[in-house]
Amino acid sequence: MATKIEEKDETPIIISNLHKGFGNQKVLNGINLRVARGETTAVLGRSGGGKSVLLKLIIRLQTPDTGSIRIAGQEITDLDEEHLNEVRKKVGFLFQQAALYDSLTVEENVAFPLSRHTKMSQTDRKQRVREHLANVGMDRDLRKMPSELSGGMQKRVGLARALVLEPEIVLFDEPTAGLDPITAAEIGDLIVELKQKRKITAIVVTHDVQGAKVFSDRMVFLHEGNVLVEGSFDDLQKNKDQFVAEFLGHGSR
Amino acid sequence: MLGKATARTDIESKYWIIRPFWPDRQYWAMIYLALFVLGTAIAETLGPGRLLEGVSAAKSLVISGFEWFGDLGMFCARLVRAALAPPYELGELVRQCDSIGSKSLPLVALAGGATGVVLSLQIRDSLTRFGAKSLLPAVIVFSIIKESGPIITGLVLSGRVGAGIGAELGSMKVTEQIDAMEASAVDPYRFLVATRVLACILMLPLLTLAADFCGIFMGWVANTLAEPISLQLFLENGFKNVLFSDFIPPTFKTAVFGFIIGIVACFQGMRTRGGTEGVGRSATSSVVLSSLFVILADVVLVRLILVVYG
Repeated sequence: MATKIEEKDETPIIISNLHKGFGNQKVLNGINLRVARGETTAVLGRSGGGKSVLLKLIIRLQTPDTGSIRIAGQEITDLDEEHLNEVRKKVGFLFQQAALYDSLTVEENVAFPLSRHTKMSQTDRKQRVREHLANVGMDRDLRKMPSELSGGMQKRVGLARALVLEPEIVLFDEPTAGLDPITAAEIGDLIVELKQKRKITAIVVTHDVQGAKVFSDRMVFLHEGNVLVEGSFDDLQKNKDQFVAEFLGHGSR
Repeated sequence: MLGKATARTDIESKYWIIRPFWPDRQYWAMIYLALFVLGTAIAETLGPGRLLEGVSAAKSLVISGFEWFGDLGMFCARLVRAALAPPYELGELVRQCDSIGSKSLPLVALAGGATGVVLSLQIRDSLTRFGAKSLLPAVIVFSIIKESGPIITGLVLSGRVGAGIGAELGSMKVTEQIDAMEASAVDPYRFLVATRVLACILMLPLLTLAADFCGIFMGWVANTLAEPISLQLFLENGFKNVLFSDFIPPTFKTAVFGFIIGIVACFQGMRTRGGTEGVGRSATSSVVLSSLFVILADVVLVRLILVVYG
């Protein structure tokens, strides 16, 4: 079991030499990535470039072919189910399509992780759920079913659910994709607020260059299964690489 | 002394345990038929029309068939591991018992009742020809509690519950709800699969009782409409020679049906891929495969019960 204290490294996310393929197709080709505590990293790249796969590997919704992933000092690639779940509790995950449980109401959706992992009283739990829903402006729709909500509302509820266990690390899979510019900006503001208030460490997979400029401290470009360049928005703008320039050019038009 | 095989010598012989699976000559035809049906159904489920594409297709079919069983085995292993360790999901179990058990009750009762009526109509005619009309209540009671009730319940449930679970888990899978559950550190095998399978195992025998009850009652109603007979007399005649061993094994064999329905439907649901079309495929294949395996299991179980209690 890989549970004992190895070297003490406080960096919340360290990915080294990570490979992942599906059949003959190589998706990730030896990726290295470190995310420091309290830092928000935006991961950009083309569709189908393995960005979402990277996020899923981080909480082992998929298993990597080779390589190492350390989350909060814990190597997770060969961890057993029980210890893996301890790590997963420290990580919030916002899915691309929100992935709300469609047999549960908004309130029950957000309460689900709490009722599984905490021994809170009913009233405390209700209180906490309401707080988190209020943070995303969804506290008036407690009794609604997910199917009655618009895409943007679903995403906000998904965000509340991802944050309700108050994780140290949050992974966002395209938080602003498919939303109107106003809602997208609101979600971007929520991420910034989260960073300032709660000092979370975050990885945001996105296509939205303008949004990423606002909420991220650092940008990482994935290209052909590897990190092409990384740095702040200004660093990247100075980059001479044609792909990066094209991506930023199209994105900020 | 030699050659006269009875159930007793069966058990005394050292092959008694495989005896029910090592059929006499007259069963071979049935076995071939079952294998043919099984093969066709699996072929249709895995890819319609592929059988016609020649030997290589047949080979890949056999391989994917084996893969299917292998995956199913791994699925069961993971399920057992997840189900045995605490915490147990009692709330979800009760919810599933309600949605699988109580919500199927009307359909099962109706199917059982209709079977009773039909049996009564058909058997009255047949028995009259043989001059054995006084046996009518006994024939209805025996055929319902020994076979009709259990198999009707099994098939109705593989339709209703198989499709329901297959589509529900399938759509949860393609919309990433299963991933979301894992991401919030809840094992979907424990929370979703184990509860559904267990609910199926628990509910099937109970629903069979309901089907038996409705079948016998409606059998009496149909009977008394043709030729008035009191319910008391009907039941007295019907149950005169019924033993507990006629009643208990066929009722509890439906727990096995429940296990098959739950496992197959959950398995097909959890391995869904390919969007809404995949969800449709999962629902269909859950129903096809679970009814098929229920029927095959019935053949084996009936033979086994006859050996043990016969």
